[in-house]
Amino acid sequence: MIEFRSVSKQFPDGTLAVDDFSLTLPSHQTTVLVGSSGSGKTTLLRMINRMVDPSSGTIEIDGADIAALEPVQLRRSIGYVMQNSGLLPHRTVIDNVATVPLLRGVPRRKARTEALSLLDTVGLDRSLAARYPNQLSGGQQQRVGVARGLAVNPNILLMDEPFGAVDPIVRAELQQELIRLQSELGKTVVFVTHDIEEAFLLGDQVVILRDGGRIAQVGSPSDILAKPADDFVASFVGADRGKRALHVERRGGSDILVDTDGRLAGVLVAPSAADATPDHRAPR
Amino acid sequence: MNLFADALNWILDPANYVGPGGIPVRLVEHLGFTVVAVSLAALIAVPFGFLIGHTGRGRGLAVATSGGLRAIPTLGLLTLVALWVGIGLGAPYVALTILAIPPILAGAYTGFEAIDRTVIDSARSVGMSEAQIMRTVEVPLGLPLLIAGIRSATLQVVATATLAAYVADFGLGRFLFAGLKTRDYAEMLGGSILVILLAVLLEGIFTGVQRLVVPKGVAAARPSVDRGRSARPASGMDPAITKGTH
Repeated sequence: MIEFRSVSKQFPDGTLAVDDFSLTLPSHQTTVLVGSSGSGKTTLLRMINRMVDPSSGTIEIDGADIAALEPVQLRRSIGYVMQNSGLLPHRTVIDNVATVPLLRGVPRRKARTEALSLLDTVGLDRSLAARYPNQLSGGQQQRVGVARGLAVNPNILLMDEPFGAVDPIVRAELQQELIRLQSELGKTVVFVTHDIEEAFLLGDQVVILRDGGRIAQVGSPSDILAKPADDFVASFVGADRGKRALHVERRGGSDILVDTDGRLAGVLVAPSAADATPDHRAPR
Repeated sequence: MNLFADALNWILDPANYVGPGGIPVRLVEHLGFTVVAVSLAALIAVPFGFLIGHTGRGRGLAVATSGGLRAIPTLGLLTLVALWVGIGLGAPYVALTILAIPPILAGAYTGFEAIDRTVIDSARSVGMSEAQIMRTVEVPLGLPLLIAGIRSATLQVVATATLAAYVADFGLGRFLFAGLKTRDYAEMLGGSILVILLAVLLEGIFTGVQRLVVPKGVAAARPSVDRGRSARPASGMDPAITKGTH
């Protein structure tokens, strides 16, 4: 369990990135922080592994104040996945995945064996182990990034817009992989995104942020969609623009779903066929 | 053309290859002097450069100091130090080490600065200590630009080391000063050609070294740079800081 208690962060240049933020992130669940740029979502994430220290307030992990922990040790116990994978360009895939275990003193042979099995976990072929990050596609790099994040078997996995830089098809694939992984591993995942669709797809708990890390609404995706707390949330999830209110039009022999702006949103299919389509919740 | 032929004859004359003032001895002296001066400069400049590159602090000071050092006329400094410490190799070592510091310093910190910030940020995020970031990320990735700086410094020193002969009986510069005094222009030109050959040889060696120190994964990245996937230029191979210094 991660607990933010009245956390504020003012940067030296005077920007108030986070203003009196309090929230509990339950264990073994995915909490998604979603907001536009400037909402302080990345700052909040980076406070959990002390990449950023709060100006005031406390953050506790399972009841222990992290301000008392040594940052380097704390970071080695928390998985971290970032947008551009952040892999070391001069190290092979396998060495990148094994980076943190080696820092923690795991013998090289053991670290490599475990890293190889992690490649399986994230759905990468073992033949890629000896490649360098720049020889991989963006999606493959992100998978390596996830494998590296999992390498120390952390309880907490921080993900900072991990799928922001890949194309929509690969993104959908990676999102499904993450859902599968999370159902197997049950980590406490903190996920940052500006994409509300992604937030609703992945989050058990979704936190919609306004400027300065102020919480607009916290809840499950269906709660937020059904009962937006205010106009800001309604606008953010697209309810006010009729994006979420779809009607059926008969075109060319198919039932096409259209939103109130007249934009095509999808096709109406029979429930059995819909079940067979894994990512029917994310029409883009 | 005649003079050039004379110079070649002087270089090829076996009589010039014997004794303590012969070409082989002078060559070794010159090369040894260059290596020592550049090494001294590297010992001073590399730690400072790494520190500036890692912390991002003191860059302004380094640029100003380097600019100041570069502006010092080497012959003037050499004369001044020689008046102070006397005739011998002390003054040339001081003057040429100072000449070699700016390019090495610049190479050391620009090498660090050219590294993608997200790589360093992520190294820190996964739990590398500052020393580990420096040793395992910044130094290997910054090495090509540091080598470029050392290459530039070596080229300047090997050319300017002829001045050592101004205050000491030392190096290939002897042939220039002796030839000037005795109006033996074949010897002068021959000596110059030897300096040029030595410089070209060192350039060749550094070109090879620079290629070798580009980390494998970074070299593999070059096609993707051509495809425009990376916004960052392939800084690894570009000896940008050698431009305009010579």
